[in-house]
Amino acid sequence: MGFNKVVKDANEACQGIQSGMTLMLGGFGLCGIPENCITELVNMQVNNLTCISNNAGVDDFGLGLLLQGKQVKKMISSYVGENEEFERQMLSGELDVELIPQGTLAQRCMAAGYGMPVIYTPAGVGTEVAEGKEMRVFNGKKYLMEYAFDADFAIVKAWKGDTMGNLIFRSTARNFNPMMAMAGKITIAEVEELVPAGELDPDHIHTPGIYVHRIFQGKRYEKRIEQRTTQKRA
Amino acid sequence: MLDKNGIAKRIALEVKDGMYVNLGIGIPTLVANYVPSNIEVVLQSENGLLGTGPFPFEGEEDADLINAGKQTVTTLPGSSFFDSAMSFGMIRAQKVDLTILGAMEVSEWGDIANWKVPGKMVKGMGGAMDLVASAKHIIVAMQHCDKAGHSKLLPQCTLPLTGIHCIQKVVTDLGVFDIRDGAFHLIERAHDVSVEEIQAKTAGKLVIPEVVGVIH
Repeated sequence: MGFNKVVKDANEACQGIQSGMTLMLGGFGLCGIPENCITELVNMQVNNLTCISNNAGVDDFGLGLLLQGKQVKKMISSYVGENEEFERQMLSGELDVELIPQGTLAQRCMAAGYGMPVIYTPAGVGTEVAEGKEMRVFNGKKYLMEYAFDADFAIVKAWKGDTMGNLIFRSTARNFNPMMAMAGKITIAEVEELVPAGELDPDHIHTPGIYVHRIFQGKRYEKRIEQRTTQKRA
Repeated sequence: MLDKNGIAKRIALEVKDGMYVNLGIGIPTLVANYVPSNIEVVLQSENGLLGTGPFPFEGEEDADLINAGKQTVTTLPGSSFFDSAMSFGMIRAQKVDLTILGAMEVSEWGDIANWKVPGKMVKGMGGAMDLVASAKHIIVAMQHCDKAGHSKLLPQCTLPLTGIHCIQKVVTDLGVFDIRDGAFHLIERAHDVSVEEIQAKTAGKLVIPEVVGVIH
Protein backbone atom coordinates (compact mmCIF):
# COMPACT_ATOMS: atom_id res chain seq x y z
CA MET A 1 0.00 0.00 0.00
CA GLY A 2 1.04 3.51 -0.70
CA PHE A 3 4.71 4.23 -0.27
CA ASN A 4 5.79 1.27 1.78
CA LYS A 5 8.87 0.01 -0.13
CA VAL A 6 9.78 -2.67 2.39
CA VAL A 7 10.46 -6.20 1.23
CA LYS A 8 11.27 -9.12 3.51
CA ASP A 9 14.81 -9.95 2.49
CA ALA A 10 17.34 -10.08 -0.33
CA ASN A 11 15.45 -12.93 -1.98
CA GLU A 12 12.29 -10.86 -2.33
CA ALA A 13 14.28 -7.74 -3.22
CA CYS A 14 16.01 -9.44 -6.16
CA GLN A 15 12.80 -10.78 -7.75
CA GLY A 16 12.83 -10.03 -11.46
CA ILE A 17 16.58 -9.97 -11.91
CA GLN A 18 17.27 -12.22 -14.88
CA SER A 19 20.23 -13.55 -16.79
CA GLY A 20 21.57 -11.07 -19.35
CA MET A 21 20.52 -7.99 -17.43
CA THR A 22 22.63 -4.93 -16.64
CA LEU A 23 23.12 -4.26 -12.93
CA MET A 24 24.69 -1.36 -11.08
CA LEU A 25 26.29 -2.22 -7.76
CA GLY A 26 27.42 0.41 -5.25
CA GLY A 27 30.65 0.40 -3.28
CA PHE A 28 34.30 1.41 -3.45
CA GLY A 29 36.52 -1.61 -3.03
CA LEU A 30 34.70 -3.64 -0.38
CA CYS A 31 33.45 -0.48 1.35
CA GLY A 32 29.69 0.06 1.11
CA ILE A 33 28.88 -2.97 -1.06
CA PRO A 34 25.43 -4.63 -1.00
CA GLU A 35 26.61 -7.86 0.63
CA ASN A 36 23.19 -9.47 1.08
CA CYS A 37 22.11 -8.95 -2.53
CA ILE A 38 25.42 -10.19 -3.91
CA THR A 39 24.96 -13.41 -1.94
CA GLU A 40 21.41 -13.65 -3.26
CA LEU A 41 22.58 -13.19 -6.88
CA VAL A 42 24.98 -16.09 -6.33
CA ASN A 43 22.10 -18.22 -4.99
CA MET A 44 19.83 -17.25 -7.91
CA GLN A 45 22.47 -18.45 -10.37
CA VAL A 46 21.62 -15.71 -12.85
CA ASN A 47 24.37 -15.30 -15.42
CA ASN A 48 25.50 -13.33 -18.46
CA LEU A 49 25.25 -10.23 -16.30
CA THR A 50 26.72 -6.87 -17.18
CA CYS A 51 27.90 -5.31 -13.93
CA ILE A 52 28.59 -1.60 -13.53
CA SER A 53 30.67 -1.21 -10.39
CA ASN A 54 33.76 0.83 -9.56
CA ASN A 55 35.65 -2.33 -8.57
CA ALA A 56 35.22 -6.07 -8.97
CA GLY A 57 35.70 -7.28 -5.39
CA VAL A 58 38.35 -9.77 -4.28
CA ASP A 59 38.48 -13.48 -5.05
CA ASP A 60 36.27 -14.61 -2.19
CA PHE A 61 34.19 -11.53 -1.38
CA GLY A 62 32.08 -8.87 -3.02
CA LEU A 63 31.63 -9.15 -6.78
CA GLY A 64 34.43 -11.73 -6.79
CA LEU A 65 31.73 -14.20 -5.68
CA LEU A 66 29.79 -13.62 -8.92
CA LEU A 67 32.99 -14.03 -10.92
CA GLN A 68 33.73 -17.33 -9.20
CA GLY A 69 30.41 -18.64 -10.46
CA LYS A 70 31.10 -17.28 -13.97
CA GLN A 71 27.92 -15.23 -13.73
CA VAL A 72 29.37 -12.05 -15.19
CA LYS A 73 29.64 -11.50 -18.94
CA LYS A 74 30.93 -7.96 -18.77
CA MET A 75 32.40 -5.69 -16.08
CA ILE A 76 32.33 -1.91 -16.42
CA SER A 77 34.72 -0.55 -13.79
CA SER A 78 37.48 1.99 -13.18
CA TYR A 79 39.84 -0.27 -11.23
CA VAL A 80 39.79 -4.04 -10.92
CA GLY A 81 42.65 -4.52 -8.50
CA GLU A 82 43.89 -7.78 -7.13
CA ASN A 83 41.57 -10.57 -8.15
CA GLU A 84 43.06 -13.75 -9.62
CA GLU A 85 39.87 -15.23 -10.99
CA PHE A 86 39.05 -11.91 -12.60
CA GLU A 87 42.46 -11.87 -14.26
CA ARG A 88 42.14 -15.46 -15.45
CA GLN A 89 38.71 -14.85 -17.02
CA MET A 90 39.82 -11.61 -18.61
CA LEU A 91 42.95 -13.10 -20.17
CA SER A 92 41.05 -16.17 -21.42
CA GLY A 93 38.44 -13.94 -23.03
CA GLU A 94 35.54 -15.31 -20.95
CA LEU A 95 35.01 -11.92 -19.37
CA ASP A 96 34.59 -8.68 -21.27
CA VAL A 97 36.03 -5.70 -19.37
CA GLU A 98 35.43 -2.02 -20.08
CA LEU A 99 37.66 0.24 -18.02
CA ILE A 100 36.53 3.83 -17.69
CA PRO A 101 37.79 6.75 -15.61
CA GLN A 102 36.32 6.84 -12.12
CA GLY A 103 34.83 10.31 -12.43
CA THR A 104 33.28 9.38 -15.77
CA LEU A 105 31.73 6.31 -14.14
CA ALA A 106 30.23 8.45 -11.37
CA GLN A 107 28.95 11.11 -13.76
CA ARG A 108 27.40 8.58 -16.16
CA CYS A 109 25.40 7.21 -13.22
CA MET A 110 24.47 10.70 -12.12
CA ALA A 111 23.35 11.68 -15.61
CA ALA A 112 20.93 8.74 -15.64
CA GLY A 113 19.51 9.82 -12.28
CA TYR A 114 19.17 13.42 -13.42
CA GLY A 115 17.50 12.51 -16.70
CA MET A 116 20.32 13.78 -18.88
CA PRO A 117 21.44 11.71 -21.89
CA VAL A 118 25.12 12.67 -21.92
CA ILE A 119 27.86 14.42 -20.02
CA TYR A 120 31.05 16.08 -21.24
CA THR A 121 34.29 15.39 -19.42
CA PRO A 122 37.94 16.11 -20.14
CA ALA A 123 38.98 12.77 -18.58
CA GLY A 124 40.58 10.57 -21.21
CA VAL A 125 41.14 13.23 -23.89
CA GLY A 126 44.21 12.24 -25.91
CA THR A 127 44.17 8.67 -24.56
CA GLU A 128 42.72 5.37 -25.80
CA VAL A 129 39.59 6.12 -23.75
CA ALA A 130 38.75 8.80 -26.33
CA GLU A 131 38.80 6.41 -29.31
CA GLY A 132 35.54 6.47 -31.23
CA LYS A 133 33.98 9.13 -29.00
CA GLU A 134 32.61 12.50 -30.02
CA MET A 135 34.82 15.34 -28.83
CA ARG A 136 33.82 18.96 -28.40
CA VAL A 137 35.71 22.08 -27.43
CA PHE A 138 34.28 24.40 -24.79
CA ASN A 139 36.19 27.52 -23.76
CA GLY A 140 39.28 26.23 -25.52
CA LYS A 141 39.35 22.88 -23.69
CA LYS A 142 38.57 19.48 -25.17
CA TYR A 143 35.83 17.29 -23.70
CA LEU A 144 34.57 13.79 -24.49
CA MET A 145 30.88 13.08 -24.78
CA GLU A 146 29.91 10.16 -22.54
CA TYR A 147 26.48 8.56 -22.35
CA ALA A 148 24.28 8.12 -19.29
CA PHE A 149 24.18 4.50 -18.14
CA ASP A 150 21.10 2.38 -18.72
CA ALA A 151 20.75 -0.24 -15.99
CA ASP A 152 17.89 -2.66 -15.36
CA PHE A 153 18.55 -2.78 -11.63
CA ALA A 154 20.65 -0.67 -9.28
CA ILE A 155 21.63 -2.36 -6.02
CA VAL A 156 22.94 -0.14 -3.24
CA LYS A 157 23.90 -0.37 0.40
CA ALA A 158 23.04 2.35 2.92
CA TRP A 159 23.54 2.73 6.65
CA LYS A 160 19.99 3.69 7.60
CA GLY A 161 16.81 3.72 5.62
CA ASP A 162 13.12 4.13 6.28
CA THR A 163 10.04 2.33 5.04
CA MET A 164 9.53 4.95 2.31
CA GLY A 165 12.99 4.26 0.90
CA ASN A 166 14.80 7.35 2.18
CA LEU A 167 18.48 6.59 2.65
CA ILE A 168 21.37 7.81 4.79
CA PHE A 169 24.90 6.62 4.08
CA ARG A 170 27.81 6.48 6.49
CA SER A 171 31.34 7.87 6.01
CA THR A 172 33.12 6.78 2.84
CA ALA A 173 30.68 3.88 2.40
CA ARG A 174 28.61 6.50 0.57
CA ASN A 175 30.84 6.58 -2.58
CA PHE A 176 28.89 5.44 -5.66
CA ASN A 177 25.75 4.37 -3.81
CA PRO A 178 23.72 7.62 -4.02
CA MET A 179 24.16 8.16 -7.74
CA MET A 180 23.57 4.50 -8.55
CA ALA A 181 20.42 4.58 -6.43
CA MET A 182 19.20 7.36 -8.72
CA ALA A 183 20.13 5.56 -11.90
CA GLY A 184 18.40 2.17 -11.87
CA LYS A 185 15.11 1.42 -13.60
CA ILE A 186 14.47 -0.51 -10.40
CA THR A 187 16.54 0.36 -7.34
CA ILE A 188 17.07 -2.03 -4.46
CA ALA A 189 18.49 -0.67 -1.21
CA GLU A 190 19.77 -2.87 1.59
CA VAL A 191 20.37 -1.10 4.88
CA GLU A 192 21.94 -1.89 8.21
CA GLU A 193 19.02 -0.36 10.07
CA LEU A 194 15.50 0.02 8.76
CA VAL A 195 13.23 2.45 10.64
CA PRO A 196 9.60 3.62 10.27
CA ALA A 197 8.99 6.63 8.01
CA GLY A 198 9.26 9.79 10.07
CA GLU A 199 12.15 8.69 12.24
CA LEU A 200 14.87 10.04 9.98
CA ASP A 201 15.36 13.81 9.95
CA PRO A 202 14.38 14.98 6.43
CA ASP A 203 17.38 17.33 6.55
CA HIS A 204 19.71 14.35 6.86
CA ILE A 205 18.44 12.26 3.93
CA HIS A 206 21.09 11.67 1.27
CA THR A 207 18.87 9.81 -1.21
CA PRO A 208 15.14 10.63 -1.30
CA GLY A 209 12.88 7.59 -1.34
CA ILE A 210 11.47 8.47 -4.75
CA TYR A 211 14.54 6.81 -6.25
CA VAL A 212 14.20 3.60 -4.21
CA HIS A 213 11.73 0.86 -5.15
CA ARG A 214 12.59 -1.89 -2.66
CA ILE A 215 14.26 -1.69 0.73
CA PHE A 216 15.14 -4.26 3.37
CA GLN A 217 17.28 -4.60 6.47
CA GLY A 218 20.28 -6.76 5.63
CA LYS A 219 21.67 -9.51 7.84
CA ARG A 220 25.12 -10.46 9.08
CA TYR A 221 27.21 -7.72 7.53
CA GLU A 222 30.83 -8.77 7.37
CA LYS A 223 32.12 -5.36 6.19
CA ARG A 224 35.50 -6.80 5.33
CA ILE A 225 38.48 -4.44 5.34
CA GLU A 226 40.72 -4.69 2.27
CA GLN A 227 43.78 -2.81 3.59
CA ARG A 228 43.89 -2.76 7.37
CA THR A 229 46.32 0.03 8.19
CA THR A 230 46.86 1.18 11.76
CA GLN A 231 49.32 3.00 13.99
CA LYS A 232 50.52 1.97 17.41
CA ARG A 233 49.74 4.13 20.41
CA ALA A 234 52.69 6.18 21.55
CA MET B 1 70.23 10.42 -4.71
CA LEU B 2 66.97 10.89 -2.88
CA ASP B 3 65.17 7.89 -1.47
CA LYS B 4 61.38 7.72 -1.48
CA ASN B 5 61.14 9.75 1.70
CA GLY B 6 63.59 12.28 0.29
CA ILE B 7 61.39 12.76 -2.78
CA ALA B 8 58.32 13.12 -0.55
CA LYS B 9 60.13 15.61 1.68
CA ARG B 10 61.13 17.77 -1.29
CA ILE B 11 57.59 17.74 -2.70
CA ALA B 12 56.23 18.77 0.69
CA LEU B 13 57.96 22.13 0.14
CA GLU B 14 55.52 22.75 -2.73
CA VAL B 15 52.54 22.35 -0.43
CA LYS B 16 51.33 25.72 0.83
CA ASP B 17 49.10 26.84 3.68
CA GLY B 18 45.40 26.60 2.82
CA MET B 19 45.74 24.10 -0.02
CA TYR B 20 43.33 21.27 -0.74
CA VAL B 21 45.57 18.42 -1.91
CA ASN B 22 44.96 15.03 -3.52
CA LEU B 23 47.71 12.48 -2.91
CA GLY B 24 48.06 9.41 -5.10
CA ILE B 25 49.20 5.96 -3.99
CA GLY B 26 52.90 5.29 -3.28
CA ILE B 27 55.47 8.06 -2.77
CA PRO B 28 52.75 10.79 -2.88
CA THR B 29 51.15 9.33 0.24
CA LEU B 30 54.43 9.88 2.09
CA VAL B 31 54.26 13.63 1.39
CA ALA B 32 51.68 13.98 4.17
CA ASN B 33 54.40 13.03 6.69
CA TYR B 34 56.54 16.05 5.74
CA VAL B 35 54.01 18.87 5.54
CA PRO B 36 55.30 21.43 8.06
CA SER B 37 53.25 21.65 11.25
CA ASN B 38 52.92 25.43 10.94
CA ILE B 39 50.71 25.25 7.84
CA GLU B 40 47.22 23.86 7.35
CA VAL B 41 46.43 21.49 4.49
CA VAL B 42 43.29 19.47 3.77
CA LEU B 43 43.77 16.11 2.05
CA GLN B 44 41.12 14.95 -0.39
CA SER B 45 40.50 11.23 -0.90
CA GLU B 46 38.58 10.80 -4.14
CA ASN B 47 36.39 8.06 -2.70
CA GLY B 48 34.58 10.84 -0.84
CA LEU B 49 36.51 12.47 1.99
CA LEU B 50 37.99 15.89 2.67
CA GLY B 51 40.14 16.06 5.77
CA THR B 52 41.77 12.64 5.65
CA GLY B 53 43.60 11.92 8.89
CA PRO B 54 46.29 9.42 9.91
CA PHE B 55 45.80 5.67 10.20
CA PRO B 56 43.61 4.69 13.17
CA PHE B 57 45.04 3.21 16.34
CA GLU B 58 44.95 -0.58 16.45
CA GLY B 59 41.44 -1.76 17.27
CA GLU B 60 39.83 1.48 16.09
CA GLU B 61 39.65 0.63 12.37
CA ASP B 62 36.30 1.45 10.76
CA ALA B 63 35.37 -0.55 7.64
CA ASP B 64 33.28 2.41 6.44
CA LEU B 65 36.20 4.84 6.61
CA ILE B 66 38.91 4.32 4.01
CA ASN B 67 41.03 6.37 1.63
CA ALA B 68 41.27 5.93 -2.14
CA GLY B 69 43.97 3.30 -1.60
CA LYS B 70 41.36 1.34 0.39
CA GLN B 71 43.41 1.79 3.58
CA THR B 72 41.65 2.41 6.88
CA VAL B 73 42.06 6.07 7.90
CA THR B 74 40.59 8.62 10.30
CA THR B 75 39.04 12.04 9.91
CA LEU B 76 40.41 15.34 11.19
CA PRO B 77 38.33 18.17 12.69
CA GLY B 78 36.44 19.90 9.88
CA SER B 79 36.23 16.81 7.69
CA SER B 80 33.36 16.12 5.31
CA PHE B 81 32.04 13.13 3.37
CA PHE B 82 30.45 13.22 -0.06
CA ASP B 83 29.61 10.91 -2.95
CA SER B 84 31.84 9.99 -5.89
CA ALA B 85 30.13 12.36 -8.34
CA MET B 86 30.71 15.35 -6.09
CA SER B 87 34.25 14.17 -5.41
CA PHE B 88 35.16 14.26 -9.09
CA GLY B 89 33.04 17.37 -9.49
CA MET B 90 35.33 19.29 -7.14
CA ILE B 91 38.35 17.86 -8.97
CA ARG B 92 36.96 18.78 -12.41
CA ALA B 93 35.97 22.25 -11.23
CA GLN B 94 39.56 22.79 -9.99
CA LYS B 95 38.62 23.27 -6.36
CA VAL B 96 41.44 20.90 -5.46
CA ASP B 97 44.61 23.01 -5.57
CA LEU B 98 47.33 20.42 -5.94
CA THR B 99 47.51 16.84 -7.17
CA ILE B 100 50.56 14.68 -6.48
CA LEU B 101 50.79 11.34 -8.24
CA GLY B 102 53.18 8.68 -9.44
CA ALA B 103 54.02 7.86 -13.06
CA MET B 104 55.70 5.31 -15.27
CA GLU B 105 56.65 7.90 -17.91
CA VAL B 106 56.45 11.66 -18.36
CA SER B 107 57.15 13.48 -21.62
CA GLU B 108 58.83 16.84 -22.22
CA TRP B 109 55.37 18.11 -23.26
CA GLY B 110 53.85 17.21 -19.93
CA ASP B 111 52.13 14.01 -21.08
CA ILE B 112 51.87 11.26 -18.49
CA ALA B 113 51.56 7.46 -18.66
CA ASN B 114 50.80 5.71 -15.40
CA TRP B 115 48.04 3.14 -15.80
CA LYS B 116 48.81 0.44 -18.30
CA VAL B 117 51.79 -1.66 -19.36
CA PRO B 118 51.14 -3.71 -22.53
CA GLY B 119 51.38 -7.43 -21.85
CA LYS B 120 50.71 -7.02 -18.15
CA MET B 121 47.41 -7.37 -16.31
CA VAL B 122 45.59 -4.06 -16.64
CA LYS B 123 44.07 -2.96 -13.37
CA GLY B 124 42.45 0.22 -14.57
CA MET B 125 42.98 3.94 -14.42
CA GLY B 126 40.87 4.53 -11.32
CA GLY B 127 40.64 8.29 -10.88
CA ALA B 128 43.97 9.14 -12.50
CA MET B 129 42.58 10.23 -15.87
CA ASP B 130 40.05 12.54 -14.21
CA LEU B 131 42.72 14.04 -11.98
CA VAL B 132 45.28 14.76 -14.70
CA ALA B 133 42.66 16.08 -17.13
CA SER B 134 41.37 18.67 -14.69
CA ALA B 135 43.84 19.52 -11.94
CA LYS B 136 45.43 22.95 -12.29
CA HIS B 137 48.68 22.00 -10.59
CA ILE B 138 50.10 18.49 -10.82
CA ILE B 139 53.40 17.23 -9.45
CA VAL B 140 54.71 13.81 -10.43
CA ALA B 141 56.77 11.84 -7.92
CA MET B 142 58.79 8.99 -9.43
CA GLN B 143 62.13 7.32 -9.92
CA HIS B 144 64.16 8.95 -12.69
CA CYS B 145 64.89 5.63 -14.43
CA ASP B 146 63.10 2.30 -14.58
CA LYS B 147 64.58 -0.90 -13.16
CA ALA B 148 66.46 -1.56 -16.41
CA GLY B 149 68.06 1.89 -16.16
CA HIS B 150 66.03 3.54 -18.92
CA SER B 151 65.02 7.17 -18.47
CA LYS B 152 61.39 7.79 -17.56
CA LEU B 153 61.68 11.45 -18.63
CA LEU B 154 61.12 11.09 -22.36
CA PRO B 155 60.62 13.07 -25.57
CA GLN B 156 57.34 11.17 -25.93
CA CYS B 157 55.65 8.58 -23.76
CA THR B 158 55.83 5.05 -25.14
CA LEU B 159 53.18 3.55 -22.84
CA PRO B 160 49.44 4.18 -23.19
CA LEU B 161 48.71 7.72 -22.02
CA THR B 162 46.79 8.78 -18.94
CA GLY B 163 46.63 12.43 -19.99
CA ILE B 164 48.27 14.98 -22.27
CA HIS B 165 49.92 18.36 -21.65
CA CYS B 166 49.07 18.29 -17.97
CA ILE B 167 52.22 17.84 -15.85
CA GLN B 168 54.11 20.96 -14.72
CA LYS B 169 56.63 19.52 -12.30
CA VAL B 170 58.48 16.25 -11.72
CA VAL B 171 60.46 15.32 -8.63
CA THR B 172 62.69 12.26 -9.01
CA ASP B 173 65.48 10.65 -7.01
CA LEU B 174 67.90 12.82 -9.01
CA GLY B 175 66.28 16.25 -8.96
CA VAL B 176 63.42 18.67 -9.52
CA PHE B 177 62.22 19.54 -13.03
CA ASP B 178 59.71 22.05 -14.34
CA ILE B 179 58.05 21.14 -17.63
CA ARG B 180 57.34 23.95 -20.07
CA ASP B 181 57.83 24.80 -23.73
CA GLY B 182 58.57 21.20 -24.65
CA ALA B 183 61.46 20.64 -22.26
CA PHE B 184 62.41 19.55 -18.78
CA HIS B 185 63.97 22.49 -16.94
CA LEU B 186 66.35 21.37 -14.22
CA ILE B 187 65.58 23.37 -11.08
CA GLU B 188 67.42 21.44 -8.39
CA ARG B 189 69.65 18.39 -8.17
CA ALA B 190 70.21 15.96 -5.32
CA HIS B 191 73.40 16.99 -3.51
CA ASP B 192 75.31 13.85 -4.51
CA VAL B 193 74.20 13.83 -8.15
CA SER B 194 75.99 15.81 -10.86
CA VAL B 195 74.31 17.78 -13.61
CA GLU B 196 76.19 15.55 -16.07
CA GLU B 197 74.63 12.42 -14.58
CA ILE B 198 71.16 13.97 -14.83
CA GLN B 199 71.84 14.94 -18.44
CA ALA B 200 72.97 11.37 -19.21
CA LYS B 201 69.88 9.85 -17.60
CA THR B 202 67.31 12.20 -19.15
CA ALA B 203 66.11 11.09 -22.59
CA GLY B 204 63.80 14.06 -23.09
CA LYS B 205 65.02 17.57 -23.89
CA LEU B 206 66.75 18.99 -20.82
CA VAL B 207 67.36 22.68 -20.22
CA ILE B 208 70.09 23.40 -17.67
CA PRO B 209 70.05 26.93 -16.26
CA GLU B 210 73.18 28.72 -15.10
CA VAL B 211 72.23 28.21 -11.50
CA VAL B 212 70.95 24.83 -10.32
CA GLY B 213 69.76 24.51 -6.75
CA VAL B 214 70.90 21.68 -4.51
CA ILE B 215 68.67 19.44 -2.37
CA HIS B 216 70.41 18.43 0.85
